[in-house]
Amino acid sequence: MAPIIPVLELRDVEKSFGPIDVLHEISLKVHEGEVLCLLGDNGAGKSTLIKILAGVHKPTSGTILMDGKPVEFDRPRDAADRGIATLHQFGGTFPLMSIGRSFFVGVEPQKKWGPFTVFDRKKANEIAVKAVRDFGITRIDDGDRLVGGLSGGERQSIAIARAVYFGARVLILDEPTAALGVKQAAHVLRIVNETKQRGLAVIFITHQVMHALAVGDHFAVLIRGAVAADFRKGDKTREEITDLMAGGESMADLEAELEGYAQNQEERPPSLGHT
Amino acid sequence: MNEFSHFLRRPEAATIISLAAVIVFYVIFGGVDLGKLFGAASWVNFAANLGIVAIPVGLLMISGELDISIGAMIPAGSMTTAILSGYYGYPIAIGMLGALSVGILVGFVNGILTVRTTVPSLIITLGSLVAMQGIILSASVLLTGNASVPLTAPDWAKFAFGQLIGGSHQVIIIWWLILTAIFAFVLHRTSYGNWIFAMGGDRDSARNLGIPTSKVTIILFILSASAASFVGMCQAILFNSAQVSGGMNFIFNAIVSVVVGGVLLTGGFGSVIGIFFGTLTFAIVNQGIYFTQIDRNWSNLIIGAVLLIAVGMNETFREKALSYVPKKMKA
Repeated sequence: MAPIIPVLELRDVEKSFGPIDVLHEISLKVHEGEVLCLLGDNGAGKSTLIKILAGVHKPTSGTILMDGKPVEFDRPRDAADRGIATLHQFGGTFPLMSIGRSFFVGVEPQKKWGPFTVFDRKKANEIAVKAVRDFGITRIDDGDRLVGGLSGGERQSIAIARAVYFGARVLILDEPTAALGVKQAAHVLRIVNETKQRGLAVIFITHQVMHALAVGDHFAVLIRGAVAADFRKGDKTREEITDLMAGGESMADLEAELEGYAQNQEERPPSLGHT
Repeated sequence: MNEFSHFLRRPEAATIISLAAVIVFYVIFGGVDLGKLFGAASWVNFAANLGIVAIPVGLLMISGELDISIGAMIPAGSMTTAILSGYYGYPIAIGMLGALSVGILVGFVNGILTVRTTVPSLIITLGSLVAMQGIILSASVLLTGNASVPLTAPDWAKFAFGQLIGGSHQVIIIWWLILTAIFAFVLHRTSYGNWIFAMGGDRDSARNLGIPTSKVTIILFILSASAASFVGMCQAILFNSAQVSGGMNFIFNAIVSVVVGGVLLTGGFGSVIGIFFGTLTFAIVNQGIYFTQIDRNWSNLIIGAVLLIAVGMNETFREKALSYVPKKMKA
C-alpha cells in the first residue's frame, strides 16, 4: 500500500558528543501518508534525533536519505528547504504578533501602494485564517488576533497549518500534546490525522502511549539511544509498549511494588503535624 | 464602545491616555493656560530633538536590543561638524557628511559586536558610549586645544537644519515629523517591519525562517547612532557652536519615552505612533511644568509617576490584546 521508497530514511545513524555516544545505529523509515511515532523516556535520545533531522546537528556516521537519495543538512535552513518542518511543543513562537503576520514571517505577501511595495495585511490574514479553517479550526476567524491569545491546541494547529501551506513533506512534531489538556490534545491529534491524509509523512514524538496509538501507523521505541523496538499498528498492546518504554521493566511489577508500598503506609498512617 | 476597546488593545493606547491625563493635571493643579502651552515652542523643540533619537532606539528595542551610546553620539555629531567646518573651515557639507559618517561607523561597530558576540547590547553600547566620550574630548583638545568649538553655517544649512520658524520653533520639528512618518511606514506597512517584530519575539526562530537577522540588527544600530549624530549636527548649526559635554540626558529620556510609548522592553511589541506620543508626553511633563504654578523641582516626580502608570496600563492593555476574542465567538 505504502510507496516503496520512503520519503525520509535514516540508515545506521550514530551521534556522539565527544566521548559520549548518544545515538547508536538508528535506522528508521517514514512514508508518505504515514505517521511514525517515536516513543521513548526522557534522555532516550529523542531530542538529539530530532535535531539531526532538523539540520541542527550532523550525524557522526550513517546516512540520511530523502526519496532514496542521500542528503546532508549543514544548517536548519537546508532541512527546511527540503520540506522538513520541525514544530516544537508550544507552537507559535511569536506570541505578540497577529496570526496573519506571524504566519508569513520571512515570506510576507506584498502589494503595490502608490510607488511603494507594502506588506499585504489583508491577504496575509485571509490566507492564514483559511489555512487554519481548512483543518477544521473554525473558532479562528480574525487574522488580527494575537497568537499569544490562542489556546495551546490552536497554536499547534496554526503551526501545522503553516507548515502544510508552505509545502512541508515531512512534519516533525516534538511532544505536541505534552502541555495540553485532554480536549486540546484530541484537537491536535485530529489535525495530525488530517495532515497524514493529505499525504504528508509525520514523525510524532511523544511519551504518551495513548496519543501515539490514536494516530500512529508505525512505532519505534528508543531506549538509551538505540531503537529497542520497531513495529506496526496492532502488533503490540498498550501495556507492552509502556513496558518497553520503561526500559523493559514491567509496569505490572512496578504497580505491584507501589501497591505493596501503599499497604505498608496504611499500616503506619502518616501522622500530621509531626516530622 | 467597540471602537474604544479596539483602541485600548493598541500599543499606543496608554501613552495617549497618559498625555491627556498630564495635561488635565496641569490645568487643574497648575492653572495652565492651554492656549499659552500649545502656542509655546519650548516643549515642541524639546520633543523634536528627543523624538528623532527615540524612534530608532524604540525600533531597536522592538527588535530586542538596546542602544545607550546615543548619549555620546549627540556631542560626537555636533563636534564633528564644528571641528571640520568651523575649526578647519571645510564646506559645511563636509562637516555634515563627517557627522553622519561617525554615526554610521559607531552604529556599525555596535551592530557587528552585537551579532558576533554573546555580550548583551546594553553592555556593548555602554562601552562605546564611554569610549566615544573619551574620543570626542581628546580629539577636540588635541585638534583645537579647546572643549568648545564655534561654527558659522551658511544660509542654506541654517535654513534646512538650524532655522527658527517664526523665531521660536526649531526646523528640526519638521525633520521629526518626516522621520516619524517614514519609520511608521516601514515598521507597520512593510515586510521589514514584520521582520523587526519577529526578531524581537524570537530571534532564533526568525533566523530559521530566513530573516537576515544580523543585517537587520546592524542597520538598526546604524540608524540609531546616525539619528543621534544628526541631532547633534542640527544643534551645532543652530547654536553656532558645539561642546564636548551634553547628550547624556538623552539616554534615559529616550528610553522613558519609548517605554511610556508602549514598547515592550524585552522586544516584540510596540508602535512608532506610540513612541511619538511617548515623546510628547515626556516633553509636556518636562517642559510644560514651566507653564504651571508647580515648582519645577517636582517634574521628575511626575515623570516617574507617569512612567509607572503608563507601563502599568501597557501591561493591562497587552493582557487585553492577548485575551481578546471577537464578540460573536464568546457565546
